[in-house]
Amino acid sequence: MPYSTADLLEFHRRMLLIRKVEERLSQLFLEGTIPGTLHQSLGQEAVAVGVCSALRETDVITSTHRPHGHALAKGVSLPSFIAELLGKSSGCCKGRGGSMHVGDITKGMLPSIAIVGGGIPIATGVALAFKRRREDHVAVSFSGDGSVAEGIFHEAVNMGAIWDLPVLYVIENNRYAASTHYSRNTKLEQLSGLSAAYGIPGVTIDGNDVLEVYETAQTAVERARAGQGPTIIEAMTYRITGHNRRDPCNYMPEDERDQALEQEPVKRFEEVLLRDGHAEASLLAAMQTELESEIEAVIETALAAPAPDPEEAFRYVYAEPVES
Amino acid sequence: MKKLAIAPALRDGLIEEMRRDKNVFCMGEDISIPGGWGGVFTVTLGLEEEFRDQLIDTPIAEAGSIGLGIGAALAGLRPVLDMQYSDFLFLAMDQIINHAAKLRYMSGGTLSVPLLIRAPVGATGRGAQHAQNMERFFTGVPGLKVLCPATAYDAKGLLKAAIRDDNPVVMFEHKLLYGSKGIGAATGEVDASSEIPDEDFIVPIGKGIIRRPGGDVTIVATLLMMHLALAAARELASQGIEAEVIDPRTLAPFDWPLLEQSVEKTSRLIIVEEGPKTGGWGAEVAASLGERMMECLTAPIQRVASPDIPVPFAPELENAYRPNVRQIIQAAESLVALG
Ligand SMILES: Cc1ncc(C[n+]2csc(CCOP(=O)(O)OP(=O)(O)O)c2C)c(N)n1
Ligand SMILES: [Mg+2]
Repeated sequence: MPYSTADLLEFHRRMLLIRKVEERLSQLFLEGTIPGTLHQSLGQEAVAVGVCSALRETDVITSTHRPHGHALAKGVSLPSFIAELLGKSSGCCKGRGGSMHVGDITKGMLPSIAIVGGGIPIATGVALAFKRRREDHVAVSFSGDGSVAEGIFHEAVNMGAIWDLPVLYVIENNRYAASTHYSRNTKLEQLSGLSAAYGIPGVTIDGNDVLEVYETAQTAVERARAGQGPTIIEAMTYRITGHNRRDPCNYMPEDERDQALEQEPVKRFEEVLLRDGHAEASLLAAMQTELESEIEAVIETALAAPAPDPEEAFRYVYAEPVES
Repeated sequence: MKKLAIAPALRDGLIEEMRRDKNVFCMGEDISIPGGWGGVFTVTLGLEEEFRDQLIDTPIAEAGSIGLGIGAALAGLRPVLDMQYSDFLFLAMDQIINHAAKLRYMSGGTLSVPLLIRAPVGATGRGAQHAQNMERFFTGVPGLKVLCPATAYDAKGLLKAAIRDDNPVVMFEHKLLYGSKGIGAATGEVDASSEIPDEDFIVPIGKGIIRRPGGDVTIVATLLMMHLALAAARELASQGIEAEVIDPRTLAPFDWPLLEQSVEKTSRLIIVEEGPKTGGWGAEVAASLGERMMECLTAPIQRVASPDIPVPFAPELENAYRPNVRQIIQAAESLVALG
């Protein structure tokens, strides 16, 4: 596929945004500024960016306990995203959600779902609505390699398949479900092999190659929009950080981690851009500086924003009655 | 004797029971991965060397694992299931409620399901899906036993009693009481450690305990709330109000005689519960006590519980959700003021 230099730089900028935000978030967490817990997408940026770049704003995604990359790639605004993690009323979920539940339906992202597998039927249901209303949107379920062991995976994907729903099942295989290597959880060599059970296409791709992810997602999206049903995309990647911010990752063999660091998507793409002459190192450095100062400004504003008022804790439990 | 927090006390309990009976085994996600965490709250940390054959790391499959646990229990083993976070019990409700709890009755007493499920509860800054107090959903299920240890002594003693019990048991453990070290440590932990005897002991299921005697008002509370109730009682004492703190330790079966004797003495009752007020276990305690002891009470039964909302994320909102010492003190003062 021919890409313009501007396109390629845009892929890079989107991945770099996630990378830089995540790096800054881990500092904020370690300082105690972010409450709760933090599951980060460092090393998995290409999956989020590749898939979401093939989507329109009106397409809808569901995500998991590890949603930061998906949120930023789908267009959730940086200020409302950061404010949510800091528990502020200006957050995309008004401080009710936190790191594991970020989302913004106006950008096509449901609040992410921290119950493993929980988002898979919901994405399928969104696709059911699209189909019934004859809207040509697609839904995408992002889930981890751990999610395929849940019974709900089977129930949801099967219904998506039998009704040819416009949905993508993106399985981010980062090798581990918490501390458990995926080879302990399946007899399959590759999780895309599950597609045989549902009679739908299944592919395994290099999830650290943003262009391969993008092109695969585009094909699956076109198929879905054309009414031909779902695709399972297994994107092979690696979590180059802990399961959460406190995890020392002693269960990951050192050589495996070292190798993964060499394959990590941001550096890899940067090397391609330089090698093929799409950008000078100075341009990429300037892009990074610009992102970093944008992120700093956003954090500063978010820190100064008010916390939700405890008097308002009861708001949003039920839908407010519509004035007639 | 040695002083232990809840996580190491539970670990010792598992070690002793797995040594005593080779039919006892643990099953759960990330419980014994080499280089891993020994479960999210470190309870099974370091057990894999001695007990490789008695620890099973499962895929993320709560309904399936609990179902397999039921089958294994029916066939003569004694599984201990680790739930990571109790919120995930919802995925396995069918297996627990429709099957584990009913198979003995449905089989006319010919089968039993000696299964223990360990499930951490409590709001700890993780938002709505890793925070719920699930006791309410299990206390009214005939056939199930429900345990809520607030101290390390009770945690170990109840764990051992539950493993030896022939019924399905759900044990709720509070994340802020574990005293886990390292990755399992939670900010804001409360010291729930106890002196643990060296010799074998159990805490009988169904027996509560008076944590602090007092004649003016009875406060019944479990888990983290029990510790807050004790703190409230200490402050109330400085104002001349003597609160009796009752820790039922098990919610099903419930130690009614202990609570009734206390209320007979104090004629006032406060129930403290983390979790939405509507439909909590506290509602059952209030209804039962009201039914049987109306004439003893000089004031309405009070419940101090969370508002009827999902657990919010922002610390300011979560603090408004979690019942606090101040609210317990105010409830006691208002009851005593009624005369
Ligand atoms: C139903 C359920 N069970 C267990 C958990 C605890 N948990 C959170 S993340 C996780 C591992 C998920 O692994 P994977 O699906 O591969 O996603 P990754 O963390 O690698 O992104 C587990 C077990 C959960 N959140 N939900
Ligand atoms: Mg994974």
